[in-house]
Amino acid sequence: MGGFALLSFIIAMPAVCAILLLIVRKVAIQEGDSADHEARIAFLIGIVVSVATFLLSLIALAYFAHDSANQYQLVEDYYWFGGTADTDGNMLGGIRYKVGVDGLSLLLVLLTTFLTPLCFLASWGSIKHRVTEYVVAFLFLETLMLGVFCALDLMLFYVFFEGGLIPMFIIIGIWGGAERVYASFKFFLYTLLGSLFMLAAIIAMYLQAGTADIVELQAVIPQIFATDEGKFGVQHLLWLAFFASFAVKLPMWPVHTWLPDAHVQAPTAGSVILAGVLLKMGGYGFLRFSLPMFPEASLYFQPFVFALSVIAIVYASLVAFRQTDMKKLIAYSSVAHMGFVTLGIFSFTDTGIQGAIFQMISHGFISGALFLIVGVIYDRMHTRDIAFYGGLVNRMPIYAAVFMLFTMANVGLPGTSGFVGEILTMVGSFQAASWAAAGAALGVIFSAVYMLTLYRRTVFGVMTNEKLESITDLTKTEMIIFAPLVVATVVLGVYPQPIFDMAEASVQPILTLFSAYGG
Amino acid sequence: MDWNSIINAASPELFLAFVGLVAVLIGAALKEKFAAVSLTFAAVVLLIASGLSLFLIDGGTAFGGLWETDRYTNLAKAVCYLCAAVSLILAENYLVREKLIRFEYALLVIFASLGMGIALSANDLMTLYLGIETLGLSSYVLAAFNRDSQRSSEAGLKYFVLGSLASGIILYGASLVYGFTGATNFDQIAAADFNMGILFGLVLMITGLAFKVSAAPLHVWTPDVYEGAPTPVVAFFASAPKLAAMIVFGSVMFEAFGNAIDQWQDVIVIISGASMIIGAVGALRQTNIKRLFAYSSIGNMGYALIALASGPEAGGAALLVYMVIYALSQLGIFGVILSMRRRGGMVEDINELSGLSTSMPWLAVCMTALVFSVAGIPPLGGFFGKLVVFQAGIEAGLWPIVIIGIIASVISLGYYLRIIMLIWGGEKQPAFQEMSGTVALTVTTATLLVFPVFVVFIGWMMALAGGNFTFG
Repeated sequence: MGGFALLSFIIAMPAVCAILLLIVRKVAIQEGDSADHEARIAFLIGIVVSVATFLLSLIALAYFAHDSANQYQLVEDYYWFGGTADTDGNMLGGIRYKVGVDGLSLLLVLLTTFLTPLCFLASWGSIKHRVTEYVVAFLFLETLMLGVFCALDLMLFYVFFEGGLIPMFIIIGIWGGAERVYASFKFFLYTLLGSLFMLAAIIAMYLQAGTADIVELQAVIPQIFATDEGKFGVQHLLWLAFFASFAVKLPMWPVHTWLPDAHVQAPTAGSVILAGVLLKMGGYGFLRFSLPMFPEASLYFQPFVFALSVIAIVYASLVAFRQTDMKKLIAYSSVAHMGFVTLGIFSFTDTGIQGAIFQMISHGFISGALFLIVGVIYDRMHTRDIAFYGGLVNRMPIYAAVFMLFTMANVGLPGTSGFVGEILTMVGSFQAASWAAAGAALGVIFSAVYMLTLYRRTVFGVMTNEKLESITDLTKTEMIIFAPLVVATVVLGVYPQPIFDMAEASVQPILTLFSAYGG
Repeated sequence: MDWNSIINAASPELFLAFVGLVAVLIGAALKEKFAAVSLTFAAVVLLIASGLSLFLIDGGTAFGGLWETDRYTNLAKAVCYLCAAVSLILAENYLVREKLIRFEYALLVIFASLGMGIALSANDLMTLYLGIETLGLSSYVLAAFNRDSQRSSEAGLKYFVLGSLASGIILYGASLVYGFTGATNFDQIAAADFNMGILFGLVLMITGLAFKVSAAPLHVWTPDVYEGAPTPVVAFFASAPKLAAMIVFGSVMFEAFGNAIDQWQDVIVIISGASMIIGAVGALRQTNIKRLFAYSSIGNMGYALIALASGPEAGGAALLVYMVIYALSQLGIFGVILSMRRRGGMVEDINELSGLSTSMPWLAVCMTALVFSVAGIPPLGGFFGKLVVFQAGIEAGLWPIVIIGIIASVISLGYYLRIIMLIWGGEKQPAFQEMSGTVALTVTTATLLVFPVFVVFIGWMMALAGGNFTFG
């Protein structure tokens, strides 16, 4: 792949096309054209661009060598700023534009590029005002998300990580529900506060190590900030700063409260991206930074993280059970499922970490699909109140079947991808701390309780609400949206091995490191 | 007289002084005829001065050590003159519409810029005072330039009374420093033994200079002056003199008192923290956009002061980079404020921005980028300003102030996001009157600077600001 900047191309493409879309809008839209016309053009461009990005990321997958000795591939590296010049004027150290992928990041890149076209399809029809701006915001968001997963420079990572707040803030704030302003502010401020502590930690690490290159930092940071015999030291403070950011993003209990608000107010596609991709940045951050760079602190805080995860799983499941708003219920179920991710990651076992990665990918499909499922009936009835619905199976048999599949996947039924992630994280955490696995198992039971209740109350039973008489089943577009998600969930549930193969090269270095620290 | 060194060190200022004085005569002779072209004339003069500063960027020493320029100060000067020139270009439309077009406006901006140049080149307390006063006196008159307006006159008077007091305090501090060291030259002051008397003088000078950069607790004049003064004057105040005052503050602290950094570091840290918090909290409830950005500027000065508190090695380049990004993006923001004009005059309530994205989409995009930049959100230029400042603070081990900065950043997002939300989510208002081409161009340029120019070339800027950075 010598010389061709494939990853930069993938990252930049959505944003560049978004800028072009802004520019050509004046040309393409004639004076008398209706808003529908503009919406159609904008969505078509959005879908074409995002599908093209997906195809490009498939090319990246084709070029990615599973058995290569290099963990990071398709690397591009240019000097950006900072650092010192040597006698020849070459810049040493400093902050660089460096991108590259390993199995873990490539999986998340694929997840992002896979979900974005579905989001555009799902928004078509339900977003009616300011469509061009909507498409532009989404394309920018895609660029920033891809940048997060591809960045191999810590500062570059931060720029993408926090930059993503702007389009998401605008998406929730403009196209959201009635309380959108409150939700978008809460989302922004919560995430920003966490991120800024991480920024301070990044600067401190950069000043100590003289470089922000993630690969180099992973090698030197554990030595620079080594502590004597598990005492509380600088490493632990840095770990906490990173934790502040990723815990908010993931989100973990007790800093999860922005998530239900953001999800409920966001438009359907916004929820899909939020649950499908943005939450994964937290898990990705733990795997990429917290564990490899602060192994001692990670070990030190393992019980703390386990406790928070178990509380998240149990508490969020119980809260989910009491919700009357469908989206809020699924949002809390997201919090619970992210608890499994942190459990798996901080088990420091092969099974646990592989399970966590798998759970992140699988949750991307399942929660995305569940938000879309809510979106389908919200578009028809304009309410998400569970009590409003009932007996949908009589009018919407296909919808009921799809809903059933994803309900079961969310519960973790064998044969769906949800099962693989949950069982592996539980096995992994059982090796580390059996009490945590026990708590998580409790969560699995609760998840069956709230999901099956939701399903029974909305889909089964007699149709009592006469407003529902006229409700129609899935349209062709909606079936096109759900088809790839159904396939992905079932295929990964039956044959999860490809994910494990891809992630293996990313997990092994962490395990090697932790076996050195006796984890 | 060594003419060669004078030309190398001081030609931009000599040029400004000469042209300024000649222009007074021309203006007196031609009156209205000159008034019409005076703004363009002054802008060109300032651009030439800016070019001269860059052309003679290595600078030198002149006037028996009273005057010293180097790459750092010349870079600051070039940006100051550029900002002053742009603020004149921004002013034209406003002054014509408000029937304020008089040739004195352009000349006052030239003399204010001359004052900045002198203060930036100062290597002696006397030169310093001369520069600060030239800048100050021109600014007082500019603030009151709309003399038929009660608000403008009030702003000018307030600024004058408080500003003169601050100048007096600087002078008193300088005289104490002179009394205890026997020298007014920065190098000799730096060489003298530090004692309690100098500390008194130093604290008084810090007080006066903190007033000039509008750092808390000497910030109270800022919102009133910003609100009362004519908007193009505020655009000028917010960019060039802020930059100049902060760099001058830095060079006094670093050059004259660099060895005594442990004596003044705590003072700067405290006023920095106070500025950030007051800037963040004070703006939350403002509805007048000029007042809001006045508080925002107080907060931003607080961030710049982190770099100042970090000392010359860690903070020198960061101070300049931060202030350059800040000053240039302020011009963009005030360009937007200047285009807030409806039938019947300027509007200043932030609710007037409501629904801007539908009525004037391009202006809305620019304002969004500029506001997020000032708020310090990546990937925009302002983030990199905050980044280098935080980096300086952490390098100097000033953790508490960095943490306060982080918290203040989050609080200040409260009002920045409110503006964004109004622009994109508010009820649609009738469009503003068509803005002049120069204002649109300025806003667009400032937006392109904060993204992507500063972002891509931040490494180049850092090298330029830090490349030849030697003090003392």
